[in-house]
Amino acid sequence: MRVLLPVIIGLLYAAGIYLILRRNMVKVIFGLVILGHAANLMIFTVGRLTKGAPAFVPEGTTNIAEPFADPLPQALILTAIVIGFGIQAFTIALFKKTCQTLKTEDLDEMRNTDQLEKESL
Amino acid sequence: MAPVLYKRYRENFGWIAVTFPLYMFFSFLSRYPRIAAGESVRESLPWVPSLGINLSFLLDGLSLSFALIITLVGAAVFLFAGAYMKGYRDAGRFYLYIGVFMTSMLGLVLSDNMLLLFVFWELTSFSSYLLIGFNHHKESSRKSALQALLVTGGGGLALLAGILLLGSVTGTYEISSFYDMNRLITSHALYPAIVVLLLLGAFTKSAQFPFHFWLPNAMEAPTPVSAYLHSATMVKAGVYLIARLNHEIGGTPLWQDTVLITGAVTMLFTATLAFRQTDLKKLLAYSTLSVLGTLVMLLGIGSELAIKAFFIYLIAHSLYKGTLFLVAGTLDHETGTRDIGKLGGLRKAMPITATTAALASFSMMGVIPLIGFIGKETVYKAILELDRWGLVLIAAAVLANAFIVMVTLLVGVRPFFGKLRQTPKQAHEAPLKMLIGPALLATLGLLLGLFPDFFISNMLEQSARSILSEELSLKIVLWHGVNLVLILSFLTLLLGALLYALRPIVLQQFRFPTLPAFLKPSAWYETALKGMLSFAKLQTRILQNGYLRNYTIVIVIAALIPASFALYRAAEELSIVPDYSITFYEAALGFIIIVATGLLITSTSRLKSIVSLGVMGFSIGIIFVLYSAPDVALTTFAIETLNVILFVLVLQKLPKFLKRSRSSNRIRDAVIASSVGVFMTLVVLFATSFELSTELKNYFAAASLPEGKGLNVVNVILVDFRALDTLGEITVLAIAAIGVLAMLKTATGRRAQP
Repeated sequence: MRVLLPVIIGLLYAAGIYLILRRNMVKVIFGLVILGHAANLMIFTVGRLTKGAPAFVPEGTTNIAEPFADPLPQALILTAIVIGFGIQAFTIALFKKTCQTLKTEDLDEMRNTDQLEKESL
Repeated sequence: MAPVLYKRYRENFGWIAVTFPLYMFFSFLSRYPRIAAGESVRESLPWVPSLGINLSFLLDGLSLSFALIITLVGAAVFLFAGAYMKGYRDAGRFYLYIGVFMTSMLGLVLSDNMLLLFVFWELTSFSSYLLIGFNHHKESSRKSALQALLVTGGGGLALLAGILLLGSVTGTYEISSFYDMNRLITSHALYPAIVVLLLLGAFTKSAQFPFHFWLPNAMEAPTPVSAYLHSATMVKAGVYLIARLNHEIGGTPLWQDTVLITGAVTMLFTATLAFRQTDLKKLLAYSTLSVLGTLVMLLGIGSELAIKAFFIYLIAHSLYKGTLFLVAGTLDHETGTRDIGKLGGLRKAMPITATTAALASFSMMGVIPLIGFIGKETVYKAILELDRWGLVLIAAAVLANAFIVMVTLLVGVRPFFGKLRQTPKQAHEAPLKMLIGPALLATLGLLLGLFPDFFISNMLEQSARSILSEELSLKIVLWHGVNLVLILSFLTLLLGALLYALRPIVLQQFRFPTLPAFLKPSAWYETALKGMLSFAKLQTRILQNGYLRNYTIVIVIAALIPASFALYRAAEELSIVPDYSITFYEAALGFIIIVATGLLITSTSRLKSIVSLGVMGFSIGIIFVLYSAPDVALTTFAIETLNVILFVLVLQKLPKFLKRSRSSNRIRDAVIASSVGVFMTLVVLFATSFELSTELKNYFAAASLPEGKGLNVVNVILVDFRALDTLGEITVLAIAAIGVLAMLKTATGRRAQP
């Protein structure tokens, strides 16, 4: 798994980047979600993987015996996931509004709402 | 403060304003005995010590003489402006600007720290911009102001670069610490760069060829500004810089020759340009340029006599040119025109102005017994001393001065003599406030000429010490007897008178061909400015073209390239220890994720995409479960569920995806995306192949129960150790929620109009 996870992370990054380069706004949102997953997994992996030993302090003691999973990356990821969700929800709502207003989900068509004026060039 | 005061005392504000420079003048004057005795006053306050920037000020002979000029001419100008600016709407603001200017100019000549000097240097450029553009409703004013700002500001950047290089060579920014470092600096490999950059700064500021063109254009400013900034003080800042650093980094052929040649070219070239001008102020501007050239040239010669000449000429010029500018302002104000063709015979109407002008003119022409005469004499003598180029330079100097004499006759004499001409306004004597300033300066010129020993000699000695290395003891005498120099002086006067007499004929007979554009430095400026603007537009069009994906590509590539390079460099020190062991669950999960990703990318059905996204999210959640992160897994499951619901709600009604991109674009994007993927894989592999410090992990594990009172370490971290982060997270969520609500609830603006 030490090798498989990095490969999966790379794949997720590639998929995410590929999707945010699409013209369709929905796909861009998908891309953002995947990039979020990829980043979380990366932090998790870089913090070292430990199987079957979550960071719980056993009853009656004050310390945990090695080996146990590093709690800090987990805490960081938890924050990241929640914030990521906030952003997704916001983006989805933004997308819905944009679609209603502009009648398109193509980013290239949206750009003519704020283009640099041609005459001044 | 000035605008407020001005509103209260509109009528007599000149009198109030003048107290400021006058007070400064006298406080500087009170230091004179100490400085003359060879002391120098130094004060220093640390400002940004880590960068070597200190608020350190030094008052020695050189800065004292500049400071005296600044405050004295300042006083005259402030008073003059009180009357002159009465008609302007924003005269209060004018005092603010010019007060800022005076303060920063004083700061410039007094600062003992190169970076501090640069700050003041830029401040003078900036206030000059505001003052030139004071009549901001006129387009030409704005244009000239911008031109002056760009030229001097550009030079300022070069200066800053030079200062930084100098600082890196010497390890200090204090000017007084440079004093003994001449050998260190001149032998350093960076020396030529330092010289070029510093001189670039000085030449643009002092309007040396080929940067001279901004100064005549700057005459758009109100006349008091021209008198103050653009003849007496600001344009001398460059000269001051050269003089200040002459001892420290000068003495080499590179420095001396560059300064000498630039000065000489400016002196002659700009003097000839004055020939065709008819505007009082433009005429004066070109003669100022010529004088600045002379000053720079004298510094380039660098002999004792040249420094002496430099110093006298500097004072003389400030006195007479300030006066003449103010006289020009008076004429403009009282008659309504600045065209020399329309002025004449004003002697009777404006007797005091005429006398003042005459005094200043004689000084400018170099007539006995005014200080200008001594100045010119010493200049000639310094040039004659040279063994190289002496002959060429003296010819150039005489010719340039002849043109200056012509200018003087046109400006200072012609308007007052001859037949009275009809002017737009009925001419009459100017108010007292406009007379005192120029008259004072002109009289001072006379007094200094008559009694040179009284004041200048001591000052000169001390100033020369800052410019040259050795002590000087030079006597200034008014009358040297009849010798070559005197003959040259007379020759100059004669030539000047001849030029004056011939001027109308020549101008009538010959149509001067306008120079081809590529020869004019001002045309270079125009081209450069236009080029810059169109470059900016082009760049905006390419980079900011409104396609989201182009922005993304730029960002991704720009981040990827240096990061890959760093990774490549680090790869030599690390080795990857792969661990191929794999269990069934892991393999299955990996397979599921890969399939889901593939589906997500290729699918055209929205529902299928959402499902694969969900599958992917849950599989990642299971990975968290496998690797002892139950809390993360739970959150992931919850969030993924919500996510899928949200997507389905929003997207279900929309049609299938269309293939929008061209296949070439798809391939390009795929290449970029896969390189990012490969890069990230490598990063993770590298990052996991060395020992991780377990300090934090152990700390949290040990502190969780005693300090956080919780058994689940992850939870304790979130709510105790990093509680503020969590609070921030909640805030973000709340903001997002409000945003979502706002977007979904409000009516769409455009829907009403189909």
